[in-house]
Amino acid sequence: MTVQGWLLILVFTGLVIAMTKPFGMALFATMEGRRTWLHPVLGPIERGFYSASGIDPHAEQGWRRYGVHMLLFNFAGFLLTYAILRLQNFLPLNPLGFPALPPHLAWNTAVSFTTNTNWQSYSGESTMSEFSQMVGLTIHNFTSAATGIALAFAIIRGFSRKETSGLGNFWADITRVTLYILVPACLVYALILLASGVPQTFTGSVVATTLEGAKQTIVLGPVASQEAIKMVGTNGGGIFNANSAHPFENPSALINLLQMLSIFSLGAGLTWCFGKAVGNTKQGWAIFTAMLVLFLAGTTAIYAAEGAGNPIHHALGIAGGNMEGKEVRFGIAASSLFANVTTDASCGAVNAMHDSFTALGGLIPIFNMQLGEIIFGGVGSGLYGMLLFVILSVFVAGLMVGRTPEYVGKKIEGREVKLAVLAIAVLPLIILGFTGIAAISKAGLAGLNNAGPHGFSEILYAFTSAVANNGSAFAGLTASTPFYDGLLGVAMWLGRFFVIVPMLAIAGSLASKRIVPASAGSFPTTGPLWISLLIGVILILGGLTFLPSLALGPIADHLAMIHGQLF
Amino acid sequence: MGNDIVSGLRPALILTILLTILTCGAYPLVVMGVGQLAFAHQANGSLIANKGVVIGSELIGQSFTSDRYFHSRPSAAGKGYDPTASSGSNYGPASKALSDRMKGDIAKYQAMNPGKPIPADLVTASASGLDPDISPEAALFQVPHLAKLRGIPEARLTALVNASVDTPIVPFLGDPHVNVLALNRQLDQLSATPAR
Repeated sequence: MTVQGWLLILVFTGLVIAMTKPFGMALFATMEGRRTWLHPVLGPIERGFYSASGIDPHAEQGWRRYGVHMLLFNFAGFLLTYAILRLQNFLPLNPLGFPALPPHLAWNTAVSFTTNTNWQSYSGESTMSEFSQMVGLTIHNFTSAATGIALAFAIIRGFSRKETSGLGNFWADITRVTLYILVPACLVYALILLASGVPQTFTGSVVATTLEGAKQTIVLGPVASQEAIKMVGTNGGGIFNANSAHPFENPSALINLLQMLSIFSLGAGLTWCFGKAVGNTKQGWAIFTAMLVLFLAGTTAIYAAEGAGNPIHHALGIAGGNMEGKEVRFGIAASSLFANVTTDASCGAVNAMHDSFTALGGLIPIFNMQLGEIIFGGVGSGLYGMLLFVILSVFVAGLMVGRTPEYVGKKIEGREVKLAVLAIAVLPLIILGFTGIAAISKAGLAGLNNAGPHGFSEILYAFTSAVANNGSAFAGLTASTPFYDGLLGVAMWLGRFFVIVPMLAIAGSLASKRIVPASAGSFPTTGPLWISLLIGVILILGGLTFLPSLALGPIADHLAMIHGQLF
Repeated sequence: MGNDIVSGLRPALILTILLTILTCGAYPLVVMGVGQLAFAHQANGSLIANKGVVIGSELIGQSFTSDRYFHSRPSAAGKGYDPTASSGSNYGPASKALSDRMKGDIAKYQAMNPGKPIPADLVTASASGLDPDISPEAALFQVPHLAKLRGIPEARLTALVNASVDTPIVPFLGDPHVNVLALNRQLDQLSATPAR
């Protein structure tokens, strides 16, 4: 670890704090449907979309209708992408002449992008036409992000409204988020990327004659426009196999900083938006602080492990930190920070290969995802995932002081707690269940790139990443087989929607309640005591559930590494 | 429930189409238009041409096997620096295959510059397999060997490397690095112009 590395982490942290309120204000204005400076240009498009689709943006929807419409919209998008991938050879913009994707790969990819996971079972530069990238995949980068933020809006309304069944209008929410937040932000961002060297062209590839006279086929494409939404929407699926490690996606250390900030921007902003909506921005900052503490702890752990390096390599005479799977222009600090940011959020973009991290450096990304990606998290999903833990924490606090738990003026009762436990239980059930199936089946073991405990880590990472809708990988695992494509697809779908539906039900139940004014007996949910309790509940619940699986994978791997045991 | 589904069908279909046109048509095309007009060099891959022939990209690393060039890092992209197959090695920390690969590269570099510690990036594969850079230490490590083979004074070559070091605009954002392709092109020029 170096002073320079810590400077990067501190400056990054400062920038995250600084950008939270501005992004929060923009999100709040969008949630409320307020007029912004973009309305003179985009207002007519918004109204046009409503009238063409038969949408009444003022029609309030209860949680069931909001949820059903959200599912219909996502299912329509899934079908569209599946069709595009299966028919890629008949569609335009296929300069390298790629064939249609096989059914298992098309299923996996369509689910992956619909659920904001962006797990890349495919290898972009050798399987996906430009049309597939630009339409089949990019559409979900926008719509899955818009869906996540819309859901966060609906759930925030559940906490902030009283004695109503309405949680807002799903169609108005996604239209506004796309028009007033995602598209303008990406337009500016994409141009910055372009100016820094990220390509944007329909030319599929250029053949270069290298200095030594060899042929090198340089793959190009419409990268900049997809790269922008990939980060802002915490999608993470890149044009290229190497993702944000590829110099065309992430050409410099400055762009790397911008990429990390853009991953957190909307997730951090939503915490402020929540506080504003419930009438006390301190409530938002309390959630933000709990996230920030967990973020700093994770970053420190990865940076310490990667900076210390690998004793097996030290024994070979190679001193210093672990550079396997890292790019020189970023170095160890920026790679460690990126790995933590991308797994705190549900982004899954990588600028270094997590598979080649030291054992403990690779443990933290898995653990971040196993907590449910609630540390700023995916756009929208981070906030509502954190609110599940908030409900459990006030419940625990209520048990300790013997009062009915309250949160931001709402009584938290049996129904909410049961639903929250249901939503949280999905994660360990599927991650551990499916990992177990893969670890004892021939098809599951066939894809391993590494033997020994690291092989188990590869499987555990894959299912954790799928259920948590992250999309990053211990990429050595060959997952483009019918077995993994199928099972991971199911895991991604369940991990996304089986958290969302109970959470919407909670919001519906809360919206119908009265607001109870805070009294002397209310447990305060803003101070350090509350923040510590919240962090404690997160770590105990998340940590204890997954500790045995981590012991079999990364921890055993670490013991092998420090004893020089090779596999 | 049934009513919920029916009422959602039309917006689900039409809005999907409209959003596709906006986010997959209008948006990337505007970016492409501006890019091709204002940043044509970057938008087309930052290509480097020599007498009309494309010899590579400023951003994409190349394989150097000849003794007369600075070598890039080991690459797991295809057979090495293949942009159609960007990838890291994905070897885990206790991987025997990784250890063996490193031993091979270490032997090669030890023969080149005996007794000197080998910089880590020279014997580790990058994440993309296309890393265009090496660390300044990795470039300087190769100087004595190249100076001998090329017949260029070591001091001149060291000066060349030091002049080629790129530091991020804000230094702590990343690590200093040297673009291997750019360095080797300058090396060729240096060899072509005899020392005075």
